[in-house]
Formats: sequence, structure tokens, C-alpha cells
Amino acid sequence: MSNTGTYEKPGLLGTFGRDGLMQIILIANTIVMLFPIIIMVMSGFKSNVEIFQSPFSIPDFTDISNFVAMATQTSFLRYLMNSFIVTGASILLLLTLGTMAAYAIARYDFFGSSFILLFFMAGLMVPLKLAIIPLFILFRDLGILNSHWALISVYTAMGLPSTVFIMTGFIRTLPRELEDAARMDGASELRIMWSVMIPLCRPALVIAGIYNLVPIWNDFFFPLVFIQDDALKTLPQGMTTFIGEFSTNWGVMFAGLTLAAAPITILYIVLSKQFINGMTAGAVK
Amino acid sequence: MAQLSLRGVRKNFKNVEVLQGIDLDIRDRELIVFVGPSGCGKSTLLRLIAGLDPMTAGEFVLNGKSMQGVAPSKRDIAMVFQSYALYPHMNVYDNMAFGARLMGLSKAEVQARIDEAAGMLQLEPLLDRKPRELSGGQRQRVAIGRALARKPSVFLLDEPLSNLDAALRSDVRLEIAKLHRKIGATMIYVTHDQVEAMTLADRIVVMRGGLIEQVGTPRELYETPANAFVGTFIGSPRMSLLETTRDGPHFGIEGSGSIALPGAPETGQKVTLGLRPDAMHLGLADAPDGFDAEFEYAEYLGNEAYLYARLGDGTRVSLKGDTASCAHQPGDTVRICPDPAQLHYFDTETGRSFRSA
Repeated sequence: MSNTGTYEKPGLLGTFGRDGLMQIILIANTIVMLFPIIIMVMSGFKSNVEIFQSPFSIPDFTDISNFVAMATQTSFLRYLMNSFIVTGASILLLLTLGTMAAYAIARYDFFGSSFILLFFMAGLMVPLKLAIIPLFILFRDLGILNSHWALISVYTAMGLPSTVFIMTGFIRTLPRELEDAARMDGASELRIMWSVMIPLCRPALVIAGIYNLVPIWNDFFFPLVFIQDDALKTLPQGMTTFIGEFSTNWGVMFAGLTLAAAPITILYIVLSKQFINGMTAGAVK
Repeated sequence: MAQLSLRGVRKNFKNVEVLQGIDLDIRDRELIVFVGPSGCGKSTLLRLIAGLDPMTAGEFVLNGKSMQGVAPSKRDIAMVFQSYALYPHMNVYDNMAFGARLMGLSKAEVQARIDEAAGMLQLEPLLDRKPRELSGGQRQRVAIGRALARKPSVFLLDEPLSNLDAALRSDVRLEIAKLHRKIGATMIYVTHDQVEAMTLADRIVVMRGGLIEQVGTPRELYETPANAFVGTFIGSPRMSLLETTRDGPHFGIEGSGSIALPGAPETGQKVTLGLRPDAMHLGLADAPDGFDAEFEYAEYLGNEAYLYARLGDGTRVSLKGDTASCAHQPGDTVRICPDPAQLHYFDTETGRSFRSA
């Protein structure tokens, strides 16, 4: 029995500690996540030749010719505007409708309320793309094919289940005494919802909004199917027209992608505090 | 002016009968306190009066008008909630103005009312703050201010002090009493704390299990409790209940002997004696007219002491004694000597007082 010579090499955990190791993993993850974005932004400032000869070099950031070309020589601005219209209208509609539905489900006891909630939940599990052919026929008969209404209605329907899910859960946590207090103060049901409850729902509204915003903004599939008119195309769909059969101006393409990603990224950064607040709301009282 | 009258009020939640027939008259300008253990239905009754929940049966008449189907805001009643229920996204001014504005008052009138309420409650420096920037006591005052701004004839307060710390509690209690005198409105105050009830109330309504046990002034309840429950609920430390078997003038406790009480009222054979801590004294083991007991422990409070002893049948009695009594050692044999003039006699089976019967 001797413990001489048993020299224990400290493991990774021993060297960095639990928190240190966590930091390393998170930093590595950040690099993996940011890498394609950085390449995208840098390529936006390069010419085709530069992109292929030195893909990782730092470009001349003062050369914004690609961005100028994107804005002036293509329909980029029109696509951007279309994306704004479609995404904005969809988010507005689905937050309004979703909150109203969630409020009713969460606050009023009525026959079948849990069934309605389950019905909405079922929508989370249905892959909408399976219904693309019936949807196409439906929109054709409604006469809204090749219009923004087709996209807005699909996105609103697509976003409602998650919105109702998020909002119902949140509204249920709001204290009932607030509602009673407002009722004693003489507020109508509509005013209780509008003046007292909805302002308190802001964190949840931000979550539901962002959660739906990103997939709608980036969606490629539905515009591809429903929109033929070039003037009505959204950004992701429009960007594909820059990929030519024989040649593609990658620099301009990346500049466009950078611009396309910018609004959402900025919005996300602006709202991130609310977003995180909302995610952790109720965790600590 | 506000006179409330409740007749046969019942409330069921699904199959549970929470209120089983409440009859009560509340006079104008009265501060009445509903008190009782949790689950006795006192808050439910308050919500029925407010109109937040519908009654299952019965009638509520306010100033001669039935309140059946009248919306909460049309009843001329304001309520202060246990959690204060301040609107978190509005500042103090808007919180107080919310109800007043909905009454259709002009801007100047709303302003005047809030100035008045804020002045009364010393809220002026806080009007721009949000509720989360206020301390518990300040939030409480805002909640009261919000009720005041509506100038109702009836105030309902649902355990308004339960979220405050002990020191603040007595301050706010005093404030509420002063406020009641100043504005002269009818107030209904719900609490489970009998000290609050005793100190604030003009009259107390003691409730248990969805029924009113007794209504009366604090003094009436303390001196002539209608039953053993009211006797033990009002007063601190609690009244001790001694289950005895009567044989003529003699009241016996198993294992503790018996004492003669010549002035006792007509009772049955099974009698429960109610003894407040100051209605008996601790005698030595050979003291006459006492029950044998085993001394348990003493709480020394400086100017007085509370003593605890166990009777032969296992009942613990608490009594007030002088500080010299603390010299007793646990396990000593002592005698509990009741003062016949301050005794309460209850029917062991029904709990009803023989005096009031």
C-alpha cells in the first residue's frame, strides 16, 4: 500500500473549473454561429474574384459598390418593401387575433374552452406544407393567388397556434384580482382587456412576435408557390433571381443577404431585453 | 348614507356550500369586521357584497335597493384587495384616477379628488411613481387612495394588512381607524386576526364554516361569547376550555378533582368551563377550590408572565400570573383556582353558552 507515484493529472474540469469550461463551450458555439454571418457580411464588400481567391481576407469596408448596385440596379428595394408589408401585416394580424383568442380562453370559463385550446395546439403539430395543394386550390378559387393576401393569410394561420399557446399561458399567470379591481372601478370587459391586461402582456407579445417574425421573414416556400409576379416577390424569393444560369454576382448577392438579414437582427437586438425578460417572467417572484 | 342588509345569503362553489345562510344588518357609518379562521367564508361574503361573484341564493339590499344584477361599479362600493391589485403599468396618479375617470368625471374633478385623497394619505410625493417603486406600506396607501378617489359610500377591505410587516401593521391599522372617523363611510373589513378585529371594529361578525357565530361589539364578544368557539377565538392568549362533569354544584375533571361553584347557571351534566387567562390564578398544591394540575412552563414577559399547566385529563390551560409564579418548576403539582365571577359555561356537546341561552 503506497500512494507514492500516484500523480493525478488535472482534467479539463480541474483546469478551468465548471464555469470556465462552460465559457469555453459557449465561446466555441458563438464562433460557429457567427462564422457564416461574418463571411456573409465580408463577402458583401468583395468582388467575385476576391471572394473566390481570398474568401477569409478582411475586405475594404469603404467600398460599398455592391450595396449601391443592389439598391439601384435590382428590384431589391421592392422585394424589401414586399417583405415588410407581408411580415408586418401577418405579425399584426396574428398578435391581434391570437391575443384575443388567448384572452378569452384564459380568462373566461365557458363550455369547450379547453377543447378550443387543444384545437389551437393541434395546429402546432400539423405541417402546413402538406396542405399546399388544397391551399393552392382554395386561394385560386378565392382569387387571391399571386397576391400578398395569400401569404398573409397562410402566415397568420401558421402563427396562431404558437401565439395562442404563448399568450394563454402568460395571461393565466396575471393576477385575477387586477381584473376584479378594474371591474370595481367600473371598467367594461373590453377596457379591462385593453387598458389593464394587454399592457401587462407586453413581454409575451414580444416573444410571440419574434418567435413568428423570423420564420415569416425568411420564408421561401410559400412565396415560391403562391407568387409569380416579380413585383410581388418577397426578399428570400427575390434573392434567387440573382443566381443566374451562367454567372452570378456573388458580391452583390451577399450584400443583398446582409441587407435582408439586417432589419430582423436589429429588431432582435433592440427587443432582446424584453425577450429575455419575457422568457424568464414568473421564474423569480 | 349606507345601510346594508343581507338576507339568507348562500353561496355554493360546485357542490361545496361556502356560505350557508347569512343574515346581517350593517348600519350607516359603521366599521364592521368579519373575522374567522381561513375558509370560513368571510372573503367570499365580501366578494358577494362587492358584486364580483353572484349569490347562489338570498338577497342583498343596499339603502333599500336590491343589488340583484347590479354591476360592481354601480353599487357605490369600493374595495381594497389583499394583494392591493394596483395596475403595475400605471403610476400612482393614474392608478387612483382610473376609477374616477370611468365615472365620467371631468378632468378638474378627477384632479381635485386625487389631490384630496393623496393629501389624506400623504401620497403627494409619490404620484409619479410606479407601484413597483413603492414599499409595501406605500402600496397599501395607494390601494386605499384608489378606493377613496371614487368616494363610495361603502368600503370593503379584504385583509389589507396581511402583506405588511408587524411594525407597519399597527401603524396602518391606526391610519384606517382615523380614516374611518374622518370620512365617515361604512367600512367592511375582513381579517383572520382577532387583534385587528378587536382594535378596529364597531361591531365584529365572527364566522365559522359559512355561518355567523356571533355579531356584537368587541366588548360583548369578549365578555359574553355566545359559544365556546367565539370564546376561544376572541382574546389572546386563548380562553382555556375545561370539560367537566357536573354533580350538583360540583364540577369535576377526571384526574384533577372537583370544585364547587354555587353561582353556576342551570346546565346539563356535561359542562365546558371557559376560562380566560386572567380568570384564574395558580395556587399551591393545597389551595382550596382548585383543580389539580401539573406545571409545564412559564413565559416571562417582564411586567407579567403567562403560565401553562396541564390538567389531569390532559387539557392545557394558559393563565396570567405575576412574575413570582415563574419560580415553579416544570412537573410541580399546582392548583388552578378559577374566579367564579369570570367563568363562562358552555354546553360540551353544542358549544353554546348557558348564560346567553
